[in-house]
Amino acid sequence: MHPVLDVRSVTKVYGEGDTTVHALRGVSVTVARGEYVAIMGSSGSGKSTLMNILGCLDIPSAGRYLLDSVDVSRLTDRQLALVRNRLIGFVFQSFNLIPRTSALANVELPLAYAGVHAKERRRRAMRALETVGLADRHDHEPNQLSGGQQQRVAVARALVTEPALLLADEPTGNLDSHSTDDVLTVFDELRAAGRTIVLITHEPEVGARADRLIKLFDGQIESDVRQEAVGRHAVGAR
Amino acid sequence: MNTFEIIRFALRGIAVNKLRSSLTMLGILIGVAAVILLVAVGNGSAKQISDRISALGTNTLTVMSTSRNATGSSGLTLKIADALDDPVLAPDVKSVSPVVSTSTTIAYGSTSHDVSSFVGTTPSYFTASNTPVQTGSAFSADDNSQGRRVVVIGQTVAEDLFAGEDPVGQQVTVGGALFTVVGVLAEKSESTGQSDANDVAIAPIIAVRQVLTGYGALSSILVEAANSGMVATVQSEVATILDQRMTAATSSTSSTSTPYRIRSASQLLETQTETADTFTTLLGAVAAISLLVGGIGITNIMLVTVTERTREIGIRKALGAPRRVILTQFMIEATLLSFLGGALGVAAALIGAHFTIAGVKPLVVPSSVALALGVSVVIGMFFGGLPAARAARLRPIDALRYE
Repeated sequence: MHPVLDVRSVTKVYGEGDTTVHALRGVSVTVARGEYVAIMGSSGSGKSTLMNILGCLDIPSAGRYLLDSVDVSRLTDRQLALVRNRLIGFVFQSFNLIPRTSALANVELPLAYAGVHAKERRRRAMRALETVGLADRHDHEPNQLSGGQQQRVAVARALVTEPALLLADEPTGNLDSHSTDDVLTVFDELRAAGRTIVLITHEPEVGARADRLIKLFDGQIESDVRQEAVGRHAVGAR
Repeated sequence: MNTFEIIRFALRGIAVNKLRSSLTMLGILIGVAAVILLVAVGNGSAKQISDRISALGTNTLTVMSTSRNATGSSGLTLKIADALDDPVLAPDVKSVSPVVSTSTTIAYGSTSHDVSSFVGTTPSYFTASNTPVQTGSAFSADDNSQGRRVVVIGQTVAEDLFAGEDPVGQQVTVGGALFTVVGVLAEKSESTGQSDANDVAIAPIIAVRQVLTGYGALSSILVEAANSGMVATVQSEVATILDQRMTAATSSTSSTSTPYRIRSASQLLETQTETADTFTTLLGAVAAISLLVGGIGITNIMLVTVTERTREIGIRKALGAPRRVILTQFMIEATLLSFLGGALGVAAALIGAHFTIAGVKPLVVPSSVALALGVSVVIGMFFGGLPAARAARLRPIDALRYE
C-alpha cells in the first residue's frame, strides 16, 4: 500500500542574498496509513515550516511532496483548495476558529466548502463534536470556550471531512496540562480508530505518546525512531 | 458550494460584526443623505425664486423711457400707448396699460399714510401685473374715461388708514382731491427688489394725471402678451412701433440709441435662475466634498478590518475554501453593506426633504440620488472587495500570519 505522505528531499529557503535562511535542508520522510507520528525539535529547527508544507499551506523551494500519491507541487490553486479540504485536517497551535461563530458552524465550515448539504452537514458536525466530547457546547462561540475546548473544536473541525491525514501544529502549545491531556486523549482515540496523525510538539511527554518520533535539527532529520507509546489512554492501549 | 450558500455566509459575516457593519453603513448613509439633501435645498431655493418671479407675471413687458427729463415730446405718451394696441402691427399684444406713478400722501379723517407708489393706469393693469382685487372691485374702463376719482388700495395702505374698518366706499383725500375707495388688493407675497409690494394705490390714469402728476410723460407702459411664449415676438412688435413713433418725435436729439427700454419679466427670470443655478452648483460642490469625506470614512473602516479579515481568509483557505468562493462572499458582503447604507441614506434624505430647511422647501433632484448612491456603492464595493481580493490571492500561511 502506498504511503499517505511521501516527502522527498524537500528544502525551504526564506529571503535572498545575505539574509537567506535555510529552514529546511533536504528532508525525506514517508508516513504510512494509520501511523501516529510526532515531530520534535527546538525552536528554529524547521518543524513548523515542514508542517506548513505538509498541510499545503506553503510550498517547498525544492523537492517533491506526494500526498496520497498526488504530487502537490503541480496542482493549481483550485486543486490545492480541494486537497486541503478533502485530504488534510489541520489543527493550529492558536486554534484559528472563526470568531463570533458557534462551535457547530465552525466545524461545519469545511463541509460547506466541500458542498455537503445543510442537513447532512449538521449531522456530521454534531458527530465530530461528540467524538471530541463537546456535543453539548455546539452553540457556544469560541470566546465562551476554554482553550482546551477551543482546541477540541478545532480538532473536530479537522476530522469532520474524514481526511486521510490529520496534521497538528503544536496543538497543546497554548494549553494547560489538563487541557493537554483532553486533546491528547482525542488523538489517542483517533489513532485507535485508524487515523493517520502527524503532530509537532516541543514537549517530550506529548511526543512520548506517538508510535514514531522524528527529531529535527537545523532543517534536517536528526533521528527517526519507532517507539512503544507510553501514558496512552486506555482506549488506545489495545 | 452554490451561490445561495455563499450569500448565507455573507449575511452571517455581516451579522457577526454588527458594530462594524453599522458603522460602515452609517458612513455611507451620511454621505448619500448629505448630497441628496444639499442639492435638494439648492434646487428648492431656485424653484422658490422662479415662483416669486412668475408671480409678477412672466408674459408682460415694461416699456420705459430712457431720457431722464421725461417731459415734452421725448417721453412716452398716451398716444404711443394707444399705438401699441394695434391688432395689425402687434397682433400678439393682449393689453396695453399706460402707467404713471408717483409717491404721495393719502389721508382719511385724521390719519394719513405716505404711499410709496400711487399708480394711475387703465383697468387692464390689474390682470397684466398680476395684482388681483380681494374685496370690492377694480375700477372699470368707464370710470377711467369719465375721469372718476376712485382708487384701489393695497393691504398696507388699508391697514394703516382703516384699522378695523371696511375701506370700501370710504372717501380719502389725495393731493387735495377726494377719491372713493372701491377695492382692496389681495395680499402680495414680498417680491424681489421691492420693499413692500402691498404699499400701493391704483387709480384711473385720467384722474391721477388731473390731480397729481399733470399731463407729462408716462412713467412706463405695461404690455401684456397673449401668452408667455409670445413675449419675444411681442417685444419685437412693440420695438417696431416704438421705433417709428419715437424716432419721429426725437429726430435729432439722441440717434445713437433708442429712446426707450423694454424690460420683460422673463429676462429677470433668466438672470435670477442663473443666480440660483450658481447657488445650486455651490451646494453641489459642498455635497461632493461631504460625499468624498464619507467615502474616505468608508474606505477607512473597510481597510481597518483587513487584518482581522485576512486572518479569517487564511483560516478559510486552510480549510479548503476555493478563491472564487471567498471572493464572492466578501464582494457580496461589501455590496450588501453599500446598498443597505445607500438605501437608508436615500430614505433619510427623502424624509428630510419633507421639512423646511433654512426657509427653503427642499426639492429632490433624481439625478443627485443616482449619483450619490452610485458613488457610495462603488467606493464601498471597491474598498471592501479589493483587500479581500488581495488576501484571497495570498498563500494560506501568509494570510494567517498577516499583521
